[in-house]
Amino acid sequence: MTPDLPSALSLDPFIVGVILAMAAVTVLTKVGGIWLVRRVDLSERLEAGLSVLPGAIVIAVLGPELAAGGPAEWGAAGLVLLVMWRTENILLALIAGVVGVVAFRAVL
Amino acid sequence: MDADADTRPVASGSDRDADGSAATGSPDTESDEQRPLEAEATGSETAGDLEPAAESVTFTWDGVRTGFLTCVPVALGVGGYGIAFGVLADQAGLSVAEAALMSATVLAGAAQIVAVELWADPLPVGAIIATVFAINLRYSLMGAALQPWFRHLSPAKIYGSLYMMADENWALTMRDLKSGSGRGAFLLGSGIAIWVFWVGATVIGALAGGVVGDPTQYGADFILTAVFVALAAELWEGQSSLVPWVVALGTAVLAAEYLPGRWYILLGGLVAAAVEVIRYDS
Repeated sequence: MTPDLPSALSLDPFIVGVILAMAAVTVLTKVGGIWLVRRVDLSERLEAGLSVLPGAIVIAVLGPELAAGGPAEWGAAGLVLLVMWRTENILLALIAGVVGVVAFRAVL
Repeated sequence: MDADADTRPVASGSDRDADGSAATGSPDTESDEQRPLEAEATGSETAGDLEPAAESVTFTWDGVRTGFLTCVPVALGVGGYGIAFGVLADQAGLSVAEAALMSATVLAGAAQIVAVELWADPLPVGAIIATVFAINLRYSLMGAALQPWFRHLSPAKIYGSLYMMADENWALTMRDLKSGSGRGAFLLGSGIAIWVFWVGATVIGALAGGVVGDPTQYGADFILTAVFVALAAELWEGQSSLVPWVVALGTAVLAAEYLPGRWYILLGGLVAAAVEVIRYDS
């Protein structure tokens, strides 16, 4: 970006400071939730709510991403589902998805 | 849901003990029916490699190893994404060392990619940090979801493991713990796999820089989506997942339409959890 390109190993103190601040707020978010729930007794009702979080968050990440995509992404996502369902092998499913999306983008 | 009930003991006041005096928690505040369970968990934790009892959660090298090995295929996918991040960081003007430092300390893919997209001269520091915080707020929910199992571990083990939490290894960890494995160290082990591949791929991507060109032509932009589709397939628990998932989907798609940034992730998860709390009949 700048005319004098920084060498690969250069560490600008200001940028390092910004990166460490990013790391600090990230750690806060990672430990904050459990820090909080360790201080309150959870009712079974609340635990039921927490238990749906994993799937719900994955779906919340996926929904808008797929909605923003097109037939190529939808087809590839279907391919991942299919391979997961038949083989339960994550690596195979990922490879199928990435190969699929490249192929579908070329064809569709 | 039924499977959860088996692996999740009823809440007790004993969590605070572990906070004060790492893992050797005195049972003074516990009711009688809680005591055997807590004692069992504490015992197996300090005993290391002893055969874990059915409902206890242990923290062993075997757990770290299993987490690491299980996560390697997923970490390969993360690596593909890390290359994309390295390329973007290089284009934004970060040095290879700076990009690697960010991956090693922040360890949050989506937030890092958005951050380097915001990278400009002069650096909008406030906007970058606020955005990173907002994108990563979902980690609070994800961490909280681990509490039923992590309650048996010492604070040092809990918070040390949580540093290594990323989307992918968190989901793998939830799957493993829900199966009743009792492997409390799974998050740490799988996180180490993610960390190694993420940092390594960042360096490769940053070095490759302009040579790689547009990562979309190799489908690299689809890797994270594919990872999440695969994880969704694994997290599906049948009929009981239907309502929360539909609620999460509707909320997230709507929120993504009308709210800035990544708030939709947090909102989708929270609304689904709230609906489940309301629906729950004890």
